[in-house]
Amino acid sequence: MMHTQTYQLERDDLGRLVFIDQSGKRHVGIYPVRAFPITAIAAGISLMDSSGKELCWFTDTASIPQNELALIEAELATREFMPVIEKIVKVSTFATPSIWDIETDRGPTRIRLKGEEDIRRIAGNILLISDANGLQFLIKDSTALDKGSKKLLDRFR
Amino acid sequence: MKPENSPQTLKLPNDWERVLGELPFSITDFGQLLAWAELDLDQHLRFEKSLLLLLEKSLVWTNGKEVLQWPITAECTLVHGDHAGVGHLKLETLQHLEKIWYFTLAVNPHVLRLQASFKKMNAAHHVHEEHIVNEYDKQICPVCLSPKPANSDSCPTCDPEDDAPPSTWTLFKLWRFAKPYKNKLLLGFVLTLLSTGATLVPPYLTMPLMDHILIPYEKGQPIDFHLASLYLLALFGAALLAWGLGWWKTYLLALVSERIGADLRNTTFEHLLKLSLEYFGGKRTGDLIARIGAETDRICVFLSLYALDFATDVLMITMTAAILVSIDPLLALVTLAPLPFIVWMIHVVRDRLRFGFEKIDRIWSEVTNILADTIPGIRVVKAFAQEDRELKRFVDSNKHNLQINDRVNRIWGLFSPTVTLLTETGLLVVWGFGIWQVAHRHISVGVLIAFLAYIGRFYIRLDSMSRIVSHTQKAAAGAKRIFDILDHVSSVPEPINPAPLAEVQGRISLKEVGFRYGNRAVTKGINLEIAPGEMVGLVGHSGSGKSTLVNLICRFYDVSAGSIALDGRDIRSIGIADYRKCIGLVLQEPFLFFGTIAENIAYGKPDATREEIIEAARAAHAHEFILRLPLGYDSLVGERGQSLSGGERQRISIARALLINPAILILDEATSSVDTTTEKEIQKALDNLVKGRTTIAIAHRLSTLRKADRLVVLDKGEIVEIGTHESLMDAQGSYYQLYQAQIRQAAELVEGGAIGDTVEENNDVRQEESLQVIAKNLGAGV
Repeated sequence: MMHTQTYQLERDDLGRLVFIDQSGKRHVGIYPVRAFPITAIAAGISLMDSSGKELCWFTDTASIPQNELALIEAELATREFMPVIEKIVKVSTFATPSIWDIETDRGPTRIRLKGEEDIRRIAGNILLISDANGLQFLIKDSTALDKGSKKLLDRFR
Repeated sequence: MKPENSPQTLKLPNDWERVLGELPFSITDFGQLLAWAELDLDQHLRFEKSLLLLLEKSLVWTNGKEVLQWPITAECTLVHGDHAGVGHLKLETLQHLEKIWYFTLAVNPHVLRLQASFKKMNAAHHVHEEHIVNEYDKQICPVCLSPKPANSDSCPTCDPEDDAPPSTWTLFKLWRFAKPYKNKLLLGFVLTLLSTGATLVPPYLTMPLMDHILIPYEKGQPIDFHLASLYLLALFGAALLAWGLGWWKTYLLALVSERIGADLRNTTFEHLLKLSLEYFGGKRTGDLIARIGAETDRICVFLSLYALDFATDVLMITMTAAILVSIDPLLALVTLAPLPFIVWMIHVVRDRLRFGFEKIDRIWSEVTNILADTIPGIRVVKAFAQEDRELKRFVDSNKHNLQINDRVNRIWGLFSPTVTLLTETGLLVVWGFGIWQVAHRHISVGVLIAFLAYIGRFYIRLDSMSRIVSHTQKAAAGAKRIFDILDHVSSVPEPINPAPLAEVQGRISLKEVGFRYGNRAVTKGINLEIAPGEMVGLVGHSGSGKSTLVNLICRFYDVSAGSIALDGRDIRSIGIADYRKCIGLVLQEPFLFFGTIAENIAYGKPDATREEIIEAARAAHAHEFILRLPLGYDSLVGERGQSLSGGERQRISIARALLINPAILILDEATSSVDTTTEKEIQKALDNLVKGRTTIAIAHRLSTLRKADRLVVLDKGEIVEIGTHESLMDAQGSYYQLYQAQIRQAAELVEGGAIGDTVEENNDVRQEESLQVIAKNLGAGV
């Protein structure tokens, strides 16, 4: 489905995004999703309705008109949560489960690593770490971490 | 109804009490505290703690700096949702979004409780429903609200300090397996003591040999041949004794350690089989195979060879040291001087090596995993001509393996020669000091020679002891990985002293069933009563919770809330094996074990007679095609066996379910993976199976559920509709939509004729299914 300029995007009083398609039908509570949230953030954005049907597809963020992009980005900001680990300060033990004190781009926090298999390599040196609660943390480049963090990380993988 | 501060409302953490104390107003002005939640994310999804309080009249939020307060009115609602690990709670009025809070799912249970209290308060005019609390609800940790293992006071989620750090001490956990052999082990130890003692006799005898025979001869006295032969005989006797004892000891201890290894393997596998599906879901096959196979073997080798050596070494060293001190304390002191240094070095290197070996183990699992991935998927690999890519993956991980091995070997390589250098230097020191002592007539030549003989052995022992370090570390790493499995408490615990299961009627009652995967609610508030002999079809989109429900009914997982009862008895109070024996399960992908067809049919009832097997096969419409096989019921199937078509395999698995004559039957997409003609045959077989049994069937194709007494429509983990096909069609609800969508699709397929024609895609949710159907019609089944 290609996007044409005949749709409209707005936010209602309840804070939900509303998509008005060519036929004038209002889809309430739509949400944007990225196709490649880790490997290519700007590459593809889709608007889905509340039941998960695709309403509109943008091949990249550049093709989205400015005011709509702002709405989409604002919505994405509340939905995307993948803190990037910048530093591993301390780990409770080198065996799993282990409690990690980490610093992320969203502030310092403490996570619980259930098993070594929860550290997964996505592509290249990108690592995805899921904590015991299912939160996902990203390490953008495991080789670019500081020495201490690398050493700690190394004990788990 | 006046909302009460339920006993479950916990005391606030102290720091928040303090913060609340500093507020410009007292929170008690707004009534009693009903519930609270400590949120861990702020508006910009940054990690920051704040507190949300539900009071009788108002909702208060504070982060320690600012305080916000909303009065609770009848039109307020709290909406909860989650996405990608972040939950949100919205305070809405009919027209406005008042506030939105974010939090990670770690605090989700608290937030849900708060929301529930809120709902309860707002719905105060509704009939108050008594919340059913059963004994299993008490198995929930009061702090984090996550289920905790049965019969345990500590909660693994909020009390992770229980996790013991792995160390060489892990090896002592093996004692549990050594216990049955403690008499043999004791004998082995005594033998070790004796044989070590025997090997220490010869160097001792060099002393009199030197001082009483050779030195006097040097001084011009004749050799006392009688005395000399006596000494030599004693030497030979000691050697013979050491040989005999050594042989006995080695044999005995190797015997015991092999048995310990076998017990360890058996216990691990036994434990593994008892773990819930949840555990298997999170593990890779190759890794588990490596753990049970290779690691137990490594521990066994360690026990039989190295642990023994180590004990001998320690004994030898202490005994040697004792003898040396008894002969000449000063010389002994000089001789033993390098010992602390070597011990220190061993300690330093040990840590580095352990880390290295753990890493090697992990890489090794990765190598195994690639094999475990590639070999079963070989058809796909070949079909897409990706052999090179798989090879590269394998080569890469081997390279990684090499790299880490190299690193470990670098430390290791340096370590051994250093120990050797130290021992050589030690020898040099003893020579020098000894000659000086002899020159000053403090000791005799014989004593020096005896010392040198002892010290040779002593240092050899030290050297070998340092070598053991690496094996100990490897074994400790292996033991840790094995105990990872053994210490894992099944999330589906076996009841203590379950009463035996009487004749099963087959009534299944689900009461307020909820299931959380991690902190995500998969199903919630499911109430369903299934009468004995009734057939119920579960319908819904993929991801609506059908399979979860079936897994809960089979007790592959335990419910997080509510209860499931069989004939009025909670299934958690029934022995797991007893319970599963009354369930027949037919899956989408039938799994056949390697063995004959007869064995496969009799899998659930190994003592079935041939007549029973044939009867089951006939009822499953499998008898005829089995007879057409060259070896009939004795044909080998499963991996490397006779290849059967999907429909044939399915009918064998139906016969398998028929043979155990279960009271409850579960069909999980039993006909989804076959084409329509085969489906008809299977359907006939299934009709035989369903007769008189409580049946729960999941099917994508709604037409397969035509025989169902009732259909249960699920959406997002909740029951949305229950009724017969007709009544649901009349109601024109979710089921109607699903049904229409399938009809439309079927029509499109007929119109389109084949996949070459472009069918106007209407973005239907069932799109992927239509592709499956197309693929099936084409008979493609890679």
